[in-house]
Amino acid sequence: MISRERALGIAKGGQIVTAVALVALAGIFVRALVFTPVERLQGPAQKIFYIHVPAAWAALIAFSVTGILSIVYLWLKDRRIDMAAASSAEVGVAFAVVMLTTGPIWGKPVWGTWWTWDARLTSTLFIFLLFIGYLILRDAVTDPDTRGRFSAVLGILGLVLVPFIHITVYLFRTLHPEPIVLKPSAPSLPGEMLVTLLASLAVFTVLYFGFMMQRYALGSLRELREQEVQSAP
Amino acid sequence: MSPTDTGACWLVRDFGRVVFAIVAKDLTIELRTKTAFLSSMVFAILVLAILFFARDPTAVASIDVAPGALWVTFTFAAMIGLNRAFLLERENRALDGMLLTDAPRTAIFVGKALANLLLVAAVELISLPLFVLFYDVPIFARLPELLTVMAMATVAFVAVGTLLSSMVVRTRFAELMLPLLLLPFLIPPIVGAVQVTSLILAGRPLSEMSGWIKLLAAFDIAFCTMTILLFEATLDE
Repeated sequence: MISRERALGIAKGGQIVTAVALVALAGIFVRALVFTPVERLQGPAQKIFYIHVPAAWAALIAFSVTGILSIVYLWLKDRRIDMAAASSAEVGVAFAVVMLTTGPIWGKPVWGTWWTWDARLTSTLFIFLLFIGYLILRDAVTDPDTRGRFSAVLGILGLVLVPFIHITVYLFRTLHPEPIVLKPSAPSLPGEMLVTLLASLAVFTVLYFGFMMQRYALGSLRELREQEVQSAP
Repeated sequence: MSPTDTGACWLVRDFGRVVFAIVAKDLTIELRTKTAFLSSMVFAILVLAILFFARDPTAVASIDVAPGALWVTFTFAAMIGLNRAFLLERENRALDGMLLTDAPRTAIFVGKALANLLLVAAVELISLPLFVLFYDVPIFARLPELLTVMAMATVAFVAVGTLLSSMVVRTRFAELMLPLLLLPFLIPPIVGAVQVTSLILAGRPLSEMSGWIKLLAAFDIAFCTMTILLFEATLDE
């Protein structure tokens, strides 16, 4: 485990990174609302795109980091890696909540329905539930080494499950807008909108790291405190 | 028996012997107590009966809900059986006893999974005629296809279920955790199985199901391999 001073240092760093990201996020809001053109067909509802997509992106990074750190943990058996994987999962769940709430708010005016069992919606819902299961599993195990091993096993299984869920629901049927930026041909988003989106993606990535650092420091401090309590006479 | 459980030095014969011993042990316990089998079986009948009434009979024909009902029943009944599998090993720390022998750990997992598979298969094979009876569906013309799909979906969820149940029995919430962790993993096999089952019941040709069959096969291969490889990581050093 890391020392108390080191954890406090990371917490401080995380606070600074988060503060910078939040200021930048305010800038994104202003740019998205005032300086980016309104989409012709969807109207103002399309503005939610600049929050929804970056939140989905941050959740995706967070869950991928958890999956990869799970593999590394089983290999190195370092408690710090387990703590980082858990922090990333928790932050990912928070971003997934943002994604899953902004989606329906956009869907109602544009699709005419709050929810639809489309491939991307269904996949993300189940991945979200899987990671909540991951956090509950962590809560249910008291021994830190067992907790690390169990959650790493679940994290790795989850990493393999995600593409399977996606293919499953895709075979079922799909309605979600096709990718407009990350696709084989050139992005079809107008320049100003693309700049706003890319800036927002960058801000959410920084925000993820800020939250992640703070959560990691908090988790480490909590473990240190638990050790103190246990070793006290 | 083999001197070590790492590397490829254990013989296939020894491996098979450990697997067989564990399957025989679990089945003997089950034959004497019949707890898991009877509770899963009664549960399966109850779910089949309840789902029959969980529709508007004037608007929805029973054949339309039949594939879903069949797989929901199998899933829930199997979950009850899977929960028992490692609870047995927790009592008197029986799992530790097994781990102290020089039996390959992979063989222990394969043995447990195989015993679970037999139990779940028995429940499914007895529920199937009841399903035909209750829902009045013609399955006999397409029985080989239906049994193949049942086998493919069941192998996948028994493999994942066995691994997860070996972990959850050692947590604070024990049995409560299994459905929560296992159900997300059942989406690909169950959705696939329901789709193929309804195509079979509707008398469609096999070519229409090929996408789903490939998905089930890929899922089986990926998760059987993963669970076998990961089992060792769940055990205490």
